[in-house]
Amino acid sequence: MKVRLDKLTKVFPSRNKRSKEVVTAVSEVSFEIPAGKLVGLLGPSGCGKSTTLNLICGLEKPTSGRIFFGDEDVTDLPAELRGVGLVFQNYALYPHMTVLKNILFPLENLKGDKKLSKEMMLQKAEEAARLVQISELMERKPSELSGGQQQRVAIARALVKMPKILLLDEPLSNLDARLRLQTREELRRIQRETGITTVFVTHDQEEAMSISDMIVVMKEGVIHQSGKPQDVYDDPKDLFVAKFLGTPPINVFDGEVRGEKLLIGGAAVLDAAGVRDGAVKVGIRSEGFVPSADGALECGFTAVEVMGRDTSVICSHPAFIGDSIRAVISAETPVDTTKPTVRFDLKKSKVLLFDPKSEERIRFDEGANG
Amino acid sequence: MKNNLKAFLYLLPALVFLGVFMVYPLADVLVYSFEEGYNSASQTFSGIGLRNYSFVLRDPYFLQAVKNTFILVMITVPVSTGLALVISLGLNSIKKLKNLFQTIYFLPYVTNTLAVGLVFMILFKKTPYSDGMVNILVRLFSGTTVDFIDGPYWAKMLVLSIYTVWIVLPFKILILTSALGSVKQDYYNAAKIDGASSWRVFSRITVPMISPMLFYLIITGFIGAFKAYSDSVALFGTNLNAAGMNTIVGYIYDMLYGDSGGFPSYASAAALILFAIVFTITVVNLMISRKRVHH
Ligand SMILES: Nc1ncnc2c1ncn2[C@@H]1O[C@H](COP(=O)(O)OP(=O)(O)O)[C@@H](O)[C@H]1O
Ligand SMILES: [Mg+2]
Repeated sequence: MKVRLDKLTKVFPSRNKRSKEVVTAVSEVSFEIPAGKLVGLLGPSGCGKSTTLNLICGLEKPTSGRIFFGDEDVTDLPAELRGVGLVFQNYALYPHMTVLKNILFPLENLKGDKKLSKEMMLQKAEEAARLVQISELMERKPSELSGGQQQRVAIARALVKMPKILLLDEPLSNLDARLRLQTREELRRIQRETGITTVFVTHDQEEAMSISDMIVVMKEGVIHQSGKPQDVYDDPKDLFVAKFLGTPPINVFDGEVRGEKLLIGGAAVLDAAGVRDGAVKVGIRSEGFVPSADGALECGFTAVEVMGRDTSVICSHPAFIGDSIRAVISAETPVDTTKPTVRFDLKKSKVLLFDPKSEERIRFDEGANG
Repeated sequence: MKNNLKAFLYLLPALVFLGVFMVYPLADVLVYSFEEGYNSASQTFSGIGLRNYSFVLRDPYFLQAVKNTFILVMITVPVSTGLALVISLGLNSIKKLKNLFQTIYFLPYVTNTLAVGLVFMILFKKTPYSDGMVNILVRLFSGTTVDFIDGPYWAKMLVLSIYTVWIVLPFKILILTSALGSVKQDYYNAAKIDGASSWRVFSRITVPMISPMLFYLIITGFIGAFKAYSDSVALFGTNLNAAGMNTIVGYIYDMLYGDSGGFPSYASAAALILFAIVFTITVVNLMISRKRVHH
């Protein structure tokens, strides 16, 4: 089912009772989640991701704005009637119930014509358990399970009613690194198999980029950009989004455009047709560097790190903002490590310009691009 | 082995105290209860046997005391625990002035039992000058007035029950509000998402979550109610046998020190019967709790 948020705003009174200040956790958030897709809601900690999920599932009431499931306005519908599944960040499994009882609980709550027979409930619970591969754990208590197993139980409990929408709040953050990789593939598989419209929250951009059909990037309660992961990565709207996506992170330089040329540290590095003269911030993706003996950008050479197929060249530049530049090149490309400097040509599609004040993207002239 | 010895050394002072002030008197009571015809002046007795028990078990005052105690237990334990749960749920759900209400509900706990008794007198006692506040209300709704302190048995039992509930309520509310407060909001949110009705949230989430505290209150409630005495004194004075409102502990006291006192053997036999009752009930409670309580 399609979900549409229309100018959602949530204002909390301050947690400090004496203070009159308020916290705007979510501000005028509008976006549409296409039916049957897996959407990653992405942003740094405290940016309002959980609040957005809680608004969708009905645990919080919006201060203003509307929420639609399909064509139905559910803004005033209480959580228990919205028919969504939610996986809590800390799972919130009922500690006094076995795994089976936990999974049965949502089914036992069904009333009226949705009420199921005992056998039907058991069958559905077993189906859900099979889907997340915990069939052999049904008689255990949550305290007897590992973090990964608890997480699967939480997903099974959220899925057993076959909700129209599945929401997951940082589902992978409590797992160790290896389990996290494995579980995120699992999540993708479960979502594909069930076809349920799914929103999952994360502060880990790699996680979101790797499994989402669509990502929504938030900061301080405001949506900065949404779209297909690769599109947002290639064509970020502002410096925040560019910096937030990508490992290693984008390299940012102070630069200048003069006479349709892009200058970094005074040296002309690229054509900048159609860009007005003035100071700019220059973001260069780590894969945008091509080592070349007569390259336009000259950097101080620091070290080379070989990691499997790729090589990272660590270097420095006076106009660089941050600690050290990281250029990722293919392992076959020779790099002269004896010289104190290294020269690069730049791939234009991996170079992004931003207004130094507003940090909005400045585009190269469309026609001259490429 | 060496560690064990050390542990025992640390425990020794406590064990000595327990021995002197608990084990010895208990053993002494046990011995007294089997000594027939004990004379406290000469400290002699005529024989050993069950005569004390058969006397006590046939004594109409004791039987009345047992009946009173059981009625009191059966009424006040469920009523006070249930009422405390309802009030705690209420306290837990309000946001404004929560602390103020918590303090108000806790006040009776720090008030002296006898002072509360005085208040109950004003409410219930008939005097030449007044019928008591409750009777004034009864008359207002055109009922017949009742003497709650010197009148019929049911009226006296009613007042005693209300009084006992009133006395034990604050502590139970205190325990239950903190137990309810410690249930994480996440479970309630999860239950809401799972579509649980408020009754099912209460019965399937709240009660199991606070069940250890609930059972603690029920067990100590039973024990406390079986040992009740001062509540009865506060309402009906020290001559409880005459008022027909004696309790088992009251009977034991009377046998030792009362106007008809001086019979430590009878008192001991009654004390052991009380011990057997409390012990049985507690064991049954613990057995039920093992099945029902989530730890
Ligand atoms: N119940 C609340 N009362 C007051 N402030 C809140 C409440 N819930 C969240 N906030 C604030 O709203 C902001 C967004 O919180 P949250 O949605 O939890 O962020 P995220 O999940 O992205 O880390 C934070 O500044 C947080 O302190
Ligand atoms: Mg969060």
